[in-house]
Amino acid sequence: MRQTVNPAKSEENAVFQIRIHGRGGQGVVTAAEMLSVAAFLQGKFAQAFPSFGSERNGAPVVAFCRIDDREIRLREPIMAPDALIIQDPTLLHQVDVFSGLGKDGYILINTNKNFAGLGLSDFVKGFRHERLLTVPATEIAMKHVGRPLPNVPLLGAFAALGGLIAIDAVCDAIRERFAGKVAAGNVAAATQAYRFVLEEEAQAAHA
Amino acid sequence: MLKQCEGSRAVADAVALCRPEVICAYPISPQTHIVEALGEKVKCGDLKNCEFINVESEFAAMSVSIGASAAGARSYTATASQGLLFMSEAVYNASGLGLPIVMTIANRAIGAPINIWNDHSDAMSQRDSGWMQLYAETNQEALDLHILAFRLAEALSLPVMVCMDGFILTHAFERVDIPSQAEVDAFLPPYEPRQVLDPSEPVSIGAMVGPEAFTEVRYLAHAKQMQALELIPQFAGDFRRVFGRDSGRLLHPYRCDDAHTIVVSLGSVLGTLKDTIDDMRSSGVAIGVLGICSFRPFPLAAVRAVLQHAQRVVVLEKCLAVGIGGIVSNDVRMALAGLPTSGYTVIAGLGGRAITRASLQRVLGEAIEGSLEALHFLDLDRKIVENVLERERALRRSGPIAENILRDIGTVAARVG
Repeated sequence: MRQTVNPAKSEENAVFQIRIHGRGGQGVVTAAEMLSVAAFLQGKFAQAFPSFGSERNGAPVVAFCRIDDREIRLREPIMAPDALIIQDPTLLHQVDVFSGLGKDGYILINTNKNFAGLGLSDFVKGFRHERLLTVPATEIAMKHVGRPLPNVPLLGAFAALGGLIAIDAVCDAIRERFAGKVAAGNVAAATQAYRFVLEEEAQAAHA
Repeated sequence: MLKQCEGSRAVADAVALCRPEVICAYPISPQTHIVEALGEKVKCGDLKNCEFINVESEFAAMSVSIGASAAGARSYTATASQGLLFMSEAVYNASGLGLPIVMTIANRAIGAPINIWNDHSDAMSQRDSGWMQLYAETNQEALDLHILAFRLAEALSLPVMVCMDGFILTHAFERVDIPSQAEVDAFLPPYEPRQVLDPSEPVSIGAMVGPEAFTEVRYLAHAKQMQALELIPQFAGDFRRVFGRDSGRLLHPYRCDDAHTIVVSLGSVLGTLKDTIDDMRSSGVAIGVLGICSFRPFPLAAVRAVLQHAQRVVVLEKCLAVGIGGIVSNDVRMALAGLPTSGYTVIAGLGGRAITRASLQRVLGEAIEGSLEALHFLDLDRKIVENVLERERALRRSGPIAENILRDIGTVAARVG
């Protein structure tokens, strides 16, 4: 049985900050918004906001989400994230996506490679390996939604990785955002990514 | 009902609960989501007895709002930035005619150079237009202020701008408590206009007034805004009784009672300031923050009452009066007339530049140790400025400043903050 990790408990009353990097058109801002809705549905305070850069298809985009047990007043961009969600691995060569991330941080990358395959072996030395994960989110999205939108599967994976947000809350947030077939496809995508992470963790535990 | 939603959506919900009868709109970022949501509500029948009018410009949006209000309809519109400037002539007319229109300003910078991001230059450019101006700190307050604004506007027959930071609030998802229709109805009575254009009882509105009475008309506009200084706290009390929370007071003082240093500001940066002040307090600094909710009318006496025992006052403002410095600072200084308080102006957040705790702590520390200049530009990049000045010294035809700077600094898409 997987151990439930609750990052919010690691430091009492500390805010948990997630930064999402992707490209215009990949649903980066939507992902942060849905994450905040999922946190809200679990009774937490949450704040999601886009970075205020140019938003064009393909251009690097950043969005932010803070989750806390109390009201969030801070409005500055997240410069020292607890978790990073990287929707497009080609950004690794273009943007300083890891800026401000500590060695205790969570990293979730959309790719069918592993960290070594991405050339990140040296970088992640000293990180906690159970907090590092790659997920083929685009493939999962293509299968269930029919479009290369990795944002929702990554939220499903994040639910499994951090334990901060429950997969049920992610699915409810998806249903609040989308209707009908789109909602069903996204729920299926999030759920598959969630299971993918649990299986990876189970394999790692047996290795 | 608690809800996690975009600020624009929360404001649209609040406006709809106020039962507007005419909504005019011309889209401009970052205001667009508000009127889009209201348009949907009218179209799908959720918002009844309301006409949604698409117009060809912001000038038309305010002109149609004036017509609708003069015909006795509760009228609402929203704009930002260049849109507010474009409607400026009609903005003055709305207040001059005494029409209680409510307008959201999704605060945004003014060009050139074109910039779609947040600061307060747009609303501040209309601070003397005769409209009341309320500034929201959070999306909850933005929502609440709209309900209050209709009550206040109609009580005085004067228009109100509700100013909320573009993107930072309009596009932020956060928790809001959306009131019920019964609660809003209990707080906001039906609109009873002071003047109505009615074909069955014809009157004219908008007479020419010469030197014999123009001053008196203007004086009355001022006197009415002064009445708002009494009405806003009264309505805020009513608001608390109906909705169970504090919103829309004149001022929001935070940890000011024993503060030697008080930061004065308005809008969403107050949240970041409160976190900063808490950090400084925990290391023993006697510091507080004063949020101004009602900027017009400006509560001179109330501001003085909060600030009078402070040794120094730092006004942090998201706007710049080119050629002098602060805009809010001038009003704050007037509130401090005759007191020995040291005053500083910090210009911050122009065109969407992030205001961080680290920068605030640094600048407030400098104010406390007395090394801060009287007019300071937060996080000013001197290298950028020097490059431009150097180029202009070297070359007569040095070219356009904005384009040259963008070439100097290269791509910014890779930046996080």
